[in-house]
Amino acid sequence: MRFSFFLKEAMRSVNRNAIPSFAAVASVVVTVLVLGVFIPVVQATTGAANEVRGRVLVDVFLKTDAKPADVQRVRVLLSQKTKHVGKVQYVSKADAYKQEKKRNPEAYQLLGSNPLPDTFRVTPDKADNALALRDELAPISASGSRTSIDPAIDKVENRKDQTGKILTATRVVKLAMFMLAALLVIASILLISNTIRLSLFSRRREVEVMKLVGATDWFIRWPFVIEGVVLGALGGVVAILVLLVSKIALIDPLASDFALIASPKTISFSLLVSLLFAASVTVSGLGAGLSLRRFLRV
Amino acid sequence: MAISERHAQQLDRTAARPDQQVPNVVEFRGVSMQFNSGDMGLEDATFSIRRGEFVFLVGHTGSGKSTIMRLLIKEHEPTAGSIRVAGHDLAKLDRKKVPYYRRNLGIVFQDFKLLPDRTVHDNVAYALQVTGGHRKEIRAKVPDILRLTGLSTKLHNFPDQLSGGEQQRVAVARAFVNHPPLLIADEPTGNLDPETSIGIMQLLYRINRTGTTVVVATHDHAMVDRMRRRVIELNGGRVVRDELTAGYRQDEVSTGEFGALLREPAPAPRRLPDPGDLFDDAF
Repeated sequence: MRFSFFLKEAMRSVNRNAIPSFAAVASVVVTVLVLGVFIPVVQATTGAANEVRGRVLVDVFLKTDAKPADVQRVRVLLSQKTKHVGKVQYVSKADAYKQEKKRNPEAYQLLGSNPLPDTFRVTPDKADNALALRDELAPISASGSRTSIDPAIDKVENRKDQTGKILTATRVVKLAMFMLAALLVIASILLISNTIRLSLFSRRREVEVMKLVGATDWFIRWPFVIEGVVLGALGGVVAILVLLVSKIALIDPLASDFALIASPKTISFSLLVSLLFAASVTVSGLGAGLSLRRFLRV
Repeated sequence: MAISERHAQQLDRTAARPDQQVPNVVEFRGVSMQFNSGDMGLEDATFSIRRGEFVFLVGHTGSGKSTIMRLLIKEHEPTAGSIRVAGHDLAKLDRKKVPYYRRNLGIVFQDFKLLPDRTVHDNVAYALQVTGGHRKEIRAKVPDILRLTGLSTKLHNFPDQLSGGEQQRVAVARAFVNHPPLLIADEPTGNLDPETSIGIMQLLYRINRTGTTVVVATHDHAMVDRMRRRVIELNGGRVVRDELTAGYRQDEVSTGEFGALLREPAPAPRRLPDPGDLFDDAF
């Protein structure tokens, strides 16, 4: 009896306050649309940035005359005695020759012997540590030139001109995306809370009368909360339908052409949709219930 | 059974229980009320109202009538003194209990305070729904009370489709549907014409005759003097007159006689002679 009464009251006020209700639904739609577009976009860009950062490597070239014992020593040195090391991959002379020959067969046809050294490809534990790792493996001596920590190591390189750029560029992209996302979330919350407050303000007299007749706070509040939930759900459904249509019509045909859109690291559509729906319902319901508090002090 | 009889029976039942017997429904002891702005709303007011009385609070605007009303519904707290309603000290009433306390009061305001998006029936029913009244109870009581207030034909109208007098009747019906032991009305006729006001006063009198204590605040001295009920007059927040038998007729009068009483002519107003006539006489 109680719940059906509250539900009836909520539906009545949705009917009778059609214009504020429409405004509330519209603001929820806009918010959910913005979030629904931006969550995958932010994820895709930060994912792409992270992927680029993942490619930051430190190449440790051994001397061409390095013996297997030297190789073994350096391997132990890298994997156990050095900080910031994530993954060590060994590329032997022969492997490197094979790879390069495949890439550029004519040039290697001309070479008689294998000029390539044994190489360790070292992935740092974090992309940001790439330069530190390099400094550790090849500390800068007092004279300013680089020495190496093991006699068998010829050179330590990390495609230095790229690494610094990649690190700053991805950092900027990530930061910008997070700022944008935060800004949008704040704007959305303000929009929704404003709409709720306006529609409650227009009904504060009604609340006052209810208090005077002897209604308890929760008796007044429940219909408002249910109304908020209903409107939030309505707005969420509309926005999700728009997202679904645009996904099928626009994004899916493009997915095969653009790696960024097809990025496997973005959230799955069904999870995104259910998250957005839950968020719109909770925010509207809670918002309506909490905003009412000011008007309940009669 | 008519609603008034049923209500009288109910009051008798509660009166029969000794723990429910209270000498005074309302008791103000040295109550002062100072607003945040520093204005004194009420100064050292002491009076009491017995069960079943019909009391007028009179005074000019700003004399403290509405302050007393607000204190009675615990919208404000007094700055000094104590208020007891039906034997309970209002100061000791927890904020959370206020809604339950208000259900035992009938409240009528000058501006009706009806819910604009509900029909007459639903407005009255809301007072019952608030207390958790069931559909069966609502179906029994609401048409009954609307018949008493003469609104049976307006059941499905919205407040803005009614005249001022009808709206005030709805407000009275809503206030009385729970059969409160105390009904307070703040300027119930302030927005109404004299004839409609008499109708509302008759309605309040009818409610009073079922045993309900009625407190009416008004600035209409003429009406109060004609009604010959108890009068508490306020001026600048002080009680300046409390006449228990101000021309009080001890014998009961019927509602019809009561109405006739209200329609008795007041002294004819003395107006200045029309200057136009003087002009004519001179020439």
